Amino acid sequence: MTPFSYSRAGDTAQALAFASTPGTKFLGGGTNLVDLMRETVERPTALVDVAGLSDAIEERDDGGLMIGAGVRNSTLAAHRGVRTRYPMLARAILAGASAQIRNMATVGGNLLQRTRCTYFYDNEGSRCNKREPGQGCDALGGFNRLHAILGASDACVATHPSDMCVALAALDATVHVSGAGGSRSVPFNDFHCLPGERPDIETVLEPGDLITAVELPALGLAAHSTYRKVRDRASYAFALVSVAAALEVTDGRVSDVRLALGGVAHKPWRANRAEALLQGGPATIGAFRAAAEAELADARPLHDNGFKIELAARTVTAVLAGLAGADA
Amino acid sequence: MPIHVNGSAVSVPDDPRVSLLDLLRERLHLTGTKVGCNQGACGACTVLVDGERIISCLALAVQYDGRAITTVEGLSRDGALHPLQAAFVEHDGFQCGYCTPGQICSAIGMAGEIERGIPSHATEDLVAESVPASRAEFQERMSGNLCRCGAHNGIIDAISEVYGNDRGSLEQFALTEEPVE
Repeated sequence: MTPFSYSRAGDTAQALAFASTPGTKFLGGGTNLVDLMRETVERPTALVDVAGLSDAIEERDDGGLMIGAGVRNSTLAAHRGVRTRYPMLARAILAGASAQIRNMATVGGNLLQRTRCTYFYDNEGSRCNKREPGQGCDALGGFNRLHAILGASDACVATHPSDMCVALAALDATVHVSGAGGSRSVPFNDFHCLPGERPDIETVLEPGDLITAVELPALGLAAHSTYRKVRDRASYAFALVSVAAALEVTDGRVSDVRLALGGVAHKPWRANRAEALLQGGPATIGAFRAAAEAELADARPLHDNGFKIELAARTVTAVLAGLAGADA
Repeated sequence: MPIHVNGSAVSVPDDPRVSLLDLLRERLHLTGTKVGCNQGACGACTVLVDGERIISCLALAVQYDGRAITTVEGLSRDGALHPLQAAFVEHDGFQCGYCTPGQICSAIGMAGEIERGIPSHATEDLVAESVPASRAEFQERMSGNLCRCGAHNGIIDAISEVYGNDRGSLEQFALTEEPVE
């Protein structure tokens, strides 16, 4: 690790003041940042600990939830309101990492965690446009079984590693941000970026911006939702493909639906095309499969990850069928 | 503020690069806690902070000032092994023993999570008030602790004996959270 200074922010204003110094990074639980610093992928000159700020989960008058950025992943998953009204979120968090890591990791940090692409991590021996723009991408012609099938570019085929974020994408969450120019809110699905030519730019945050909270809107249909993660082992592995879905069926037709995919793209992938096809249509396995295939029509396999396309189609179909009470 | 390690007050290191794991092992010479992968993948460095399990390799010591850390060295009372330590011996919950301190600290933290009714990936009913202290739950909840010898069945046997549905009282082994003067 390269040397850095450490300070603990007492409030948001103090955190923002500290962050005006270039080279400063905010520290949440540290489960990703400390690892990347040890690998010298990240080399901040100053860390500002913000894990103690905004660690409350507040009920909103309209039935939504305001989740402080410093809330631990395990605290959020255990929250009764999340378990009853947004079960896909509790399930997504519980499918991620290990219990020890969930006890450390914060909500804000989860949004900002970086890809686990091994070429990104390999600072000494691999080329990576995310680490060093313009350097090239060794994943393209390398071992890319775990990489993206949707929204990738010639510059980067990495995936976003979070489970929690897949649920937040499906739930139409809002990210609250404070920065030098004041406070603003960003729709969750506009928060992360596709790689394009600049895979080093992963979110719409400006330098010095601090995530202060994530807000969940009231969403009745989310009470009937789930998260399914397909991975190489039963527990403690990143997703090959994951699906967050909420479904409401009235008289055999889909009256409302939310759908997002993980493990397939540079950002949590909200399945807008599939949702539009499903909305108002028959709640049948055939319709679920057709919607999944439409969402994946633009999927582009790499050398090792073509299996993800069919895996994603089957997982979407099975999850929707499960929520509809049918077998797939 | 100092960090309290097994009841003793310890100064926070001046260099913020020192991990909690390195503080324990290299400065306090509490070598029960092990270095495995040093990147958050194996769980060998698991310790308890205010009774909750974390991995100490990805924790900077400076983040934990004022907190109470319990390591495997802090579990016995009056020379008697913690019941879970005794159960690991009884059930062959290890071969080489390298992952054992992390397994034991992790299982103690896990038992607290089950007692508080916190669900896991293996829990079918997310909204139930209590969760079963079952083998399937233990297996899922302990997945962050790898054993390269493959002693997992013995580990789950030991945990089941101590924290399964027929467990006895563990009051005398309550964690030390306040400094011992």
